[in-house]
Amino acid sequence: MANLLYLIRRVLQAVVVILIVTVVVFCLLHALPGGPARGILGPQATAQQIAQFNHEQGLDKPLPVQYVYYLRTLLHGDLGTSYTLNEGVSQLIAQRLPKTLVLTVLSAVVGLALAVPLGMWQAVRRNKPTDYVITTLSFVAYSTPVYFLGLILVLVFTQLLPWFPSQAPQGDSLGQVFADSNALVLPVIAGATSMVAVFSRYMRAATLENLSEDYVRTARAGGSRQRAILWRHVFRNSLTPVVAMLGYYVPVLFGGSLVVEQLFNYPGMGLLFWSAAQSSDYPVLLGCVLVISVATVVGTLLADILQRIIDPRVKAGTS
Amino acid sequence: MSAVLQPGQAPGVRPPGEPAAAAGRSGTRLALRRFARNRLAVAGLAVVVFFLLFCFVGPLLYSTDQTHTTLTQVNLPPGGAHLLGTDAVGHDELGRLMFGGKVSLLVGLAAGILATVIGTLWGSAAGYAGGWVDAAMMRVVDAGIAIPALFILLVVSAISTPGIAGLILILGLVSWLVPSRLIRAETLTLKNRDYILTLRAIGGTHSRAIARHILPNSVSTIVVAATFQVADAILLVAYVSYLGLGVQPPSTDWGGMLSSGLTAAYSGRWWLIVPPGLAIILVVCAFNAIGDGLRDAFDVRGRG
Repeated sequence: MANLLYLIRRVLQAVVVILIVTVVVFCLLHALPGGPARGILGPQATAQQIAQFNHEQGLDKPLPVQYVYYLRTLLHGDLGTSYTLNEGVSQLIAQRLPKTLVLTVLSAVVGLALAVPLGMWQAVRRNKPTDYVITTLSFVAYSTPVYFLGLILVLVFTQLLPWFPSQAPQGDSLGQVFADSNALVLPVIAGATSMVAVFSRYMRAATLENLSEDYVRTARAGGSRQRAILWRHVFRNSLTPVVAMLGYYVPVLFGGSLVVEQLFNYPGMGLLFWSAAQSSDYPVLLGCVLVISVATVVGTLLADILQRIIDPRVKAGTS
Repeated sequence: MSAVLQPGQAPGVRPPGEPAAAAGRSGTRLALRRFARNRLAVAGLAVVVFFLLFCFVGPLLYSTDQTHTTLTQVNLPPGGAHLLGTDAVGHDELGRLMFGGKVSLLVGLAAGILATVIGTLWGSAAGYAGGWVDAAMMRVVDAGIAIPALFILLVVSAISTPGIAGLILILGLVSWLVPSRLIRAETLTLKNRDYILTLRAIGGTHSRAIARHILPNSVSTIVVAATFQVADAILLVAYVSYLGLGVQPPSTDWGGMLSSGLTAAYSGRWWLIVPPGLAIILVVCAFNAIGDGLRDAFDVRGRG
């Protein structure tokens, strides 16, 4: 019952957040210089042409009315039409989003798979040289702009040591993308690096906290081996706060994919967004922002729920 | 610092009869002492001081022309008259590193501080108000966090090219969200303390409670948040040129040097990307290390 109430409250919160996001995106749409009309008709459009365009598009109505229209079209899954690609924004995003998800989910999985054991190892060897070295490396990894890291990766692994292609898989279907797995290596490394840095820190802190708990002492006194304590008890208990942070990390992952896709020419949503920015294709830009934000809100929601499933101690309202 | 201590007095122990206000000061002193023992944090501080001197005093000792192009001296490798070589229009790379660093550090510091100020005001107001006001204000923060900053910056770059002040404003506006959450949490723990309740009972206003009691008591949280915020802002500044929002020539910043050197790097001119890249990494690392050290020293809950 408490779980159900929590779920309902949490979903309602997410809906409110998404509504606020639509307001922000709507405001951005109207912050455009000369409005959307100037953007599409170009700098040489006459005032008359602009007025006509505004009338056709319903842009001459009061803002709250426009917002209601905007919400209504959104609910129909209509994100408008691209200025330059002559295609529905929803269709464009539907083609590109799965590819971006493949890249971000792969990066997240690889990142976590490395970060969790690394953080635990650091905690076990606290204040020893290994700990310092990994801490320093994670600081460096966190502080490196993704595009600089990507450039170094390309220079080293495609030019110096020609092991991987410098271009991400170009296939249209996900099957083709996975078939070209060699080409996924560098983009995934670029996307996962800062995640390893951040999450190994979280895991280190969480493990340290758990290692000082009474149950560890009890288990040790009972004769359990260090390895068994670590993996059977500490691991599970330390994972919970890390999973909670995963939700907050979703926007960072998407932000990273923006740069990674552009660097490795991977035709996902990030690249779509990038080319839309170059051509001032505002419907595409704002449609992408909206979809990414909704994906983030849903991601955070899932992480919260997952955290409750993993750890029954987490009570509603504590986070 | 030791000169302040009376002989035989243990640091941090208040001698009898001394006013309670001294407890706060010696608490800070203890924290600073803990900070000084953190080698990584002290190294971070040294790196920041080095780069501040390098960028702001360096040009006085090593003067170069960063406005005019010298087309007879383009793409020179490091060595000789140009310690770090020259770029595609003949600017001395070492001088450019100082010149660009000024903008990076200035914008990063200002944007980080601006973000902390906005976050502090928002977070303390929300936490203090409580109830549905708090809920509404925090949903706005959730919404802001859901929109990745890089996407917003790229949208802005499609709309306009701001100057340095505009850049600081935009970066501040996209990055105040995390500090607002931290300060709100801090406010929640403070607002039901007896001294706040007493202040309210004797007719003190809400704004007085926030300004005179909540914020001064959250100062360590705010300082720690600000340090991390500056680190993130300097990193964000590095993305700005890459996203097409950068400062306009003849001015530049480390991110601008890095992104304009990208193509040069493919043709082997590594000296155009390695120095600005390393500078960014070092400074961001340094601020993060300082933040870590301050957080541990002041025993503040915070990120990472």
